Amino acid sequence: MKRMMRSGFVGFWRNSFVSLASVVIMVVTLVLIAVLIFGSAILSASLEKLRGKVDVTVYFNTDAPESEVLSLKKSLEAMSEVGSVSYTSREKALEDFKVRHQGDELTLQALDELGENPLGASLNVLARATSEYEGIAKFLSGQDALGGAGHTIIDKVNYAENKTAIDKLSKVIDSARAVGIAIVLLFAFISVLITFNTIQIVIYTARDEISLMRLVGASPMYIRGPFVVAGMMYGAAAGLLTLLLLVPFVWWLSPMTDAFGTGVRLVDYYRSNFLEVFFIILGSGVFLGASSAFLAVKKFLKV
Amino acid sequence: MIRFDKVSKSYEDGVRVLDDVSIGIEPKEFVSIVGQSGAGKTTLLKLLIAEEHPSEGQVLFEEVSVHKLKKSEITNLRRRIGVVFQDFRLLPDKTAYENVAFAMEAAGRTDEEIAADVPHVLQLVDLEDKMTHFPSQLSGGEKQRVAIARAIINQPDVLVADEPTGNLDPMNTQDVVQILKKINDLGTTVILTTHNKGVIDNLERRVITMEKGKVLRDDAKGRYKL
Repeated sequence: MKRMMRSGFVGFWRNSFVSLASVVIMVVTLVLIAVLIFGSAILSASLEKLRGKVDVTVYFNTDAPESEVLSLKKSLEAMSEVGSVSYTSREKALEDFKVRHQGDELTLQALDELGENPLGASLNVLARATSEYEGIAKFLSGQDALGGAGHTIIDKVNYAENKTAIDKLSKVIDSARAVGIAIVLLFAFISVLITFNTIQIVIYTARDEISLMRLVGASPMYIRGPFVVAGMMYGAAAGLLTLLLLVPFVWWLSPMTDAFGTGVRLVDYYRSNFLEVFFIILGSGVFLGASSAFLAVKKFLKV
Repeated sequence: MIRFDKVSKSYEDGVRVLDDVSIGIEPKEFVSIVGQSGAGKTTLLKLLIAEEHPSEGQVLFEEVSVHKLKKSEITNLRRRIGVVFQDFRLLPDKTAYENVAFAMEAAGRTDEEIAADVPHVLQLVDLEDKMTHFPSQLSGGEKQRVAIARAIINQPDVLVADEPTGNLDPMNTQDVVQILKKINDLGTTVILTTHNKGVIDNLERRVITMEKGKVLRDDAKGRYKL
């Protein structure tokens, strides 16, 4: 084992130019994998954010008794589909309205002239999952939601309006993600092939040594060992270089992704998920190097 | 110990390099195989170390068919057969010492064993003062002696020398033959292929003469006759 490691290290340094070529090629592959990670994170975050915007707000008539509104709130909260329900009283709605139109004298004046609070109370319902909204909306428009006196206390339920738009956007993001992943995987596959071939060239230069090793009775494992170690070193070097290169890359890209409205600052994402990214990139590099070397030596082991 | 049993070898292009060859070799024998280029001498040796497969017949090493061995068993077989090539096949970026040590490393020997055995074997081939030389700094005869040292370092039962003197001048040829004799005297079976008449005539050992893939003669104390 010690000898394999030593020969691996020696091989890595001795063929420094070819080693450099292999490392560069692997960096390309690993950058693509990083793009896959970041791209997926951004798209997931945007999708999450969009989905978070889906809610159901139930606006009540101004004459709806507060007790009935609160009892509806209770029955909503009892539903398994419902995550949370927040109640906005008529007074709070008015207060919010006034704050929102602070600089708008005309509107405030008009409100004063009305003399009474024109705003109804409302319930904002968040479901546990996006798919549950349909059921909640149905419940609200059904008999169950009617006030005790038999007349409806609900003015309107604003579910249907934003649903269509959000559904469409979700679909766009989902397919964008699928296409993105497919493209990155395709490029990753191509660069895996290039890496494999580059490492094969490195090993080709040592083919005499390999066949001689076989003839003096070295086991295939003993012959492979140093090449696999060198392959792992290419991978590790490429991994570290990639992680380093990603720093300026995310700095440069960060404002753009943020401005895109995803709420993800790439720099923060890289920082907070560094350990995960570190292991994925380094692990992929080491795996790629080791497996390429393993397969490439196989070709010369036939003697 | 070694038996070629009705062995034939044809290549895909139809060329038949060995034709129904049957030879037996006993332990501690010194056997020379002679014949012109293309007679099938080298192919015979390649079959013995399982570098090639026979088209017909079988090659037995201690009654075990060489070509039915698994990969790991072939590795073990090759550790019991040392090989010397005409073109030396030394690793150019390793010193004489490292080239010999390399065969021990490949066989999984410890660093202590390597440190003890390598100088000893290099002394046997008269190269103790050139241990740190690279192949490019050695003469043809010296390179071949390093190759012999490498072949015997793991104390094989058989030493196979394929035209070891083919690239050497008469002086170095004699040196190499003397070393092979010494190795044989120490108990190792030696199989030598050559087309050097002088070498064979001086040896006075068993000579197998081959021609066009067939055994032409097998003399117990032969001379080089074609």
